Amino acid sequence: MRKIGLKEIEDIALGAALLGAGGGGDPYVGKLVAMGAVKACGDVTLLDPEEVPDDALIVPIAMMGAPTILSEKGIGGEEYKTLHKMVSQFYGKEIYAFMPIEAGGVNSMLPIAACARLGIPMVDADGMGRAFPELQMVTFTIGGIKATPMALTDEKGNCAIFDTITNKWTEELARAVTMSCGGSVSVSLYCMDGATLKKYAVKNIVTRSEQLGAAIRNVKHSGEASPEAAFLKATEGFKLFKGKIADVLRETRDGFNFGKVVLEGIDTDRGKKASVTFQNENLVAEVDGAILATTPDLIAIVDSETFIPVTTDALKYGKRVIVVGLKCFELWRTPEGLELVGPRYFGCDVDYQPIEELMKGGETNV
Amino acid sequence: MYRLGIDVGGTNTDAVIIDEALNVVAQIKHPTSDDIYDGILGAIDAILSESKVDPKKIHLAMLGTTQCTNAIVERKHLEPVGLLRIGAPATLGVPPLVDWADDIAKVAVSVAMIGGGFEYDGKAIAAFDEAAATAYFESLKGKVNSVAISCCFSTIRDEHEKKAAALCRKVLGDDVHVSISSDVGSMGLIERENATVLNASLYKVAQKFTDGFAKSLSEHGIDNAKIYISQNDGTLMTMAHAQKYPILTIACGPTNSIRGASYLGELKEAIVIDVGGTTTDIGVIQGGFPRESGVAVTIGGVRTNFRMPDVLSIGLGGGSIVRQHPDGNITVGPDSVGYEITKKALVFGGDTLTATDIAVKLGMCQIGDASKVDFLETDFAERAMTVIRNAIENGIDAMKLSSDDADVILVGGGSVIVPSTLTGTRQVLMPNYFGTANAIGSAISKISGTYEKLIDYETLPREEAIEAAKKEAIQMAVDSGAAKETVEIIDVEDVPLAYYPGNTNRVKIKAAGDLAI
Repeated sequence: MRKIGLKEIEDIALGAALLGAGGGGDPYVGKLVAMGAVKACGDVTLLDPEEVPDDALIVPIAMMGAPTILSEKGIGGEEYKTLHKMVSQFYGKEIYAFMPIEAGGVNSMLPIAACARLGIPMVDADGMGRAFPELQMVTFTIGGIKATPMALTDEKGNCAIFDTITNKWTEELARAVTMSCGGSVSVSLYCMDGATLKKYAVKNIVTRSEQLGAAIRNVKHSGEASPEAAFLKATEGFKLFKGKIADVLRETRDGFNFGKVVLEGIDTDRGKKASVTFQNENLVAEVDGAILATTPDLIAIVDSETFIPVTTDALKYGKRVIVVGLKCFELWRTPEGLELVGPRYFGCDVDYQPIEELMKGGETNV
Repeated sequence: MYRLGIDVGGTNTDAVIIDEALNVVAQIKHPTSDDIYDGILGAIDAILSESKVDPKKIHLAMLGTTQCTNAIVERKHLEPVGLLRIGAPATLGVPPLVDWADDIAKVAVSVAMIGGGFEYDGKAIAAFDEAAATAYFESLKGKVNSVAISCCFSTIRDEHEKKAAALCRKVLGDDVHVSISSDVGSMGLIERENATVLNASLYKVAQKFTDGFAKSLSEHGIDNAKIYISQNDGTLMTMAHAQKYPILTIACGPTNSIRGASYLGELKEAIVIDVGGTTTDIGVIQGGFPRESGVAVTIGGVRTNFRMPDVLSIGLGGGSIVRQHPDGNITVGPDSVGYEITKKALVFGGDTLTATDIAVKLGMCQIGDASKVDFLETDFAERAMTVIRNAIENGIDAMKLSSDDADVILVGGGSVIVPSTLTGTRQVLMPNYFGTANAIGSAISKISGTYEKLIDYETLPREEAIEAAKKEAIQMAVDSGAAKETVEIIDVEDVPLAYYPGNTNRVKIKAAGDLAI
């Protein structure tokens, strides 16, 4: 158990941008929401998952909708109270703690605000260890946990609880309501008890995110041979490519942002070409036709000078970047995990191979 | 008919006069003074006597200045501001200025959030709370002379902001300065609101430099000239506009420098290398305008949504210190003797080996006393030059977008240290007047309009939507003073909204044209 305040929020937000793997939205607005709540209501208690009683009611909190709209509307002041009341009433039980559903992107920050406003603790865990684009893409699905009852509220005070027959229906109904409510709403879903949390959640991911953020912030003062070496060491990342963005192809289908960024190598990668395909989050990284990493391993694109992660929305012609790969949570590497979030689910015709294996292959080829 | 371009920098105030055919007639440098007015006055004096141009024949006068940037960075001369945000019950969870440092946050002496604002599709979130707005403005009486107003999705619909601005003037009088966010920034409430607060706090600074500029012109008999101020996108705004929106002058310096270089080099597509005493800035000119950076811009620690030119800075300049290390390696920079080069460099009788000394030794330029570097071994000098060459060539490679060779325009006082042939380039131009590229960039600027809107391509097909948006942007440029037949579309951007059904895109179009005279 420890406290998180303004300083920790800064680092967690920066780390969350990396764990967003290109998606999840820029955590900046989320950071302001969290800072606003902590300034008004005080620091938040962060619980290690092992500190949570087995029968405690744990509720993941997130926003649903377009991060671009969130960056205009922010959130109101009352949504988390409304969610808390709805869920407590539904279960006839007090909520013990909130937690993030995804540690990557803007959703890493909102549970901090919720906990500050309600004065309850947050669990140091999530359901992805990164960001993913669809609602069922959580480790809890592997554990057979349903997304519903899912509570939803907008800043105007409209609210609803969905109880659906499949997670697919949850996604469909919730999206429709989200649009009517103005394109960004607050939700709670995958409510569970402490025992389930301990079994399926990605543990200590908030702390991991904070460490990543601190590492990026300190990368120029690390004493390592170069900032790049310091960055890779601190993040345990694999350097896939260093290049400049030569083209960004984008297409919107079914509410998702599909696309591909094409890179031309600079420095040590001069003369090589690479591409990263994405659906909100980065899915596959290729260098000169060889695949170096695929989902569910994390593929992040960071600025080559500041190492600040770049979301797929912000990819811009000419930008100098480094493509890095990070290992995903081990549960994603099981057959059940790969069925949910492996490359084939996203329509990429390749088998998943762990990034560390692919990188080994890359080296022996040289 | 002539144009006068002035650039007020930290050290020097540069002035140029350009004729109708856009040829440079004269250029001068004059020290910048604490009081910007004196510096400009001196610069105009000098340029008029240098050029012998009749002041009455100057029809356009342009000013580029870092006054606003400096005021924010140094937290000086900023006016207290009252901020009204319209958007409740939305946005309440993100209070204004929440991540501002205390020393700058205090410019906002009073903040209120009231009901109103819009959804992404233009639907009202709540009715505009007129009573609350009136009460808030009443509370500001006697406290502030400047008010900032922001509103949720005001870039889609600005009615609530405009209503609030009218109320504000009704309550506080016509002399109050009012900044509304839809006029200042683009999508992203917080960044736009931040820029609006900064803008409101700068109105006196803006009044001072615009009045100062106008006064120095009329004192020299330049009273037939239309006056324009440079803004950060490489285009111009009127003096009245600059007084309302001083924040738009932020970072016009690098933009003007890149555009000036492009003009002097007569290239619309090129890499621009500006070599100073300590650093080298490498930028890209595309279609006559600098390529923008994708990074959010912070000014004095405050995040805004302005775009800055994409510039790669490397620690290499004319004054960079050259060292040979025990292992035989040679390094050049990143530390530099800076402005003390005329005392410290070997060729000036000093005791520090600099990049300029290497260039003199290799016969690339004649500066100072060449005999002072006779003792250097040619082999050593050549190896040092290889270090310089590699740094520049790597920089060019990082900035250019295809593997084809690029044209390079070299400007800046330190550019003598750069070899005249570089790998990866087709040609390296060193144009005349390279020292005053800033002021030239200001003098040749165009005038622009930017149109931005969320559009669903399923309702309005992409081609039609972009065509309609282009017309709006062109009209906006004409409204600002551009000659209609010269207006061109200079930027088209449409970004799909993620996590969003349908095919809603954020469309942003920028048009620019020559000044109508």
